[in-house]
Amino acid sequence: MNGDLLHILQFVISAVLMAGGIFFVIAGAVGVLRLPDFYTRMHAAGMTDTLGAEMILLGLIVQAGLSQTSLKLALIAFLLFLTSPTATHAVIGAAHHAGLKPKLGKYRALAPGEEPLAKSKAKAQAKSKVKSARKSRAKKRVK
Amino acid sequence: MSNQNSQSPHIILRVVSKILIPLIALFALYVHFHGDYGPGGGFQAGVIFASAIILYALIFGLEEAKRAVPPSWVRICMSLGVLVYGGTGVATWILGGEFLNFTSFAPDSTHAAGQHWGILAVELGVLFAVTGAMVAIFYAFGSREPDLKDEDW
Repeated sequence: MNGDLLHILQFVISAVLMAGGIFFVIAGAVGVLRLPDFYTRMHAAGMTDTLGAEMILLGLIVQAGLSQTSLKLALIAFLLFLTSPTATHAVIGAAHHAGLKPKLGKYRALAPGEEPLAKSKAKAQAKSKVKSARKSRAKKRVK
Repeated sequence: MSNQNSQSPHIILRVVSKILIPLIALFALYVHFHGDYGPGGGFQAGVIFASAIILYALIFGLEEAKRAVPPSWVRICMSLGVLVYGGTGVATWILGGEFLNFTSFAPDSTHAAGQHWGILAVELGVLFAVTGAMVAIFYAFGSREPDLKDEDW
């Protein structure tokens, strides 16, 4: 009776872990396909490598029970945990070093020492920007 | 040089590879000695062992690697591998069998112990030869004058 319960628990835990791993792998694949530039894609790929693969390996360890197989799986998990973030770091570092610029939106971090704009001022600026953008668009249409 | 190391941008790579290089070397020996019972053997073990040395050279620089594993050792390692392989065959001759007939190492064994010892010795020769050859090829290519300097890009 107790043994049966343990087996069911083992199965459920490993199934949940592997399902989580599969979710992260699929999320990473979608990210690699859909994200706009190199850095964001590497971010998605790094997620797949570490979190997805780790969770699948953990699920397999739970499934294998206490045996030589699970020891080997634990070693693989340990090595993957060390190497794949390092590989992502190295690839991104190389791209940054080679001068690849990330794709930036209109929001950016403050430069060191820069004061954040007051709220009303920022709003006014945003409004004026929108207005000028509209004007320029209108001009283009006229032309 | 040691002062620069602590502020190098490659600090993460250095720390992680310091942890990994001994493990890679150990894994090479595991692959070698496990070759009897599962996938593995001298060639694969030699390549893995050489990859540990090549990783050291990539992270810490070719000059440092040449100080740790001098090119003269590499040449000795290569020829030692061939010597061990051939020497195993000659040893079986001297023990009264054919060339590389491992049974003559333990002719009375009921579980083919001679085959086990013989194949381990031969694969050890392959391991030495492959490690030496891989590292020698890497040193030969790595020692060429680069077309593009590191500072240029």
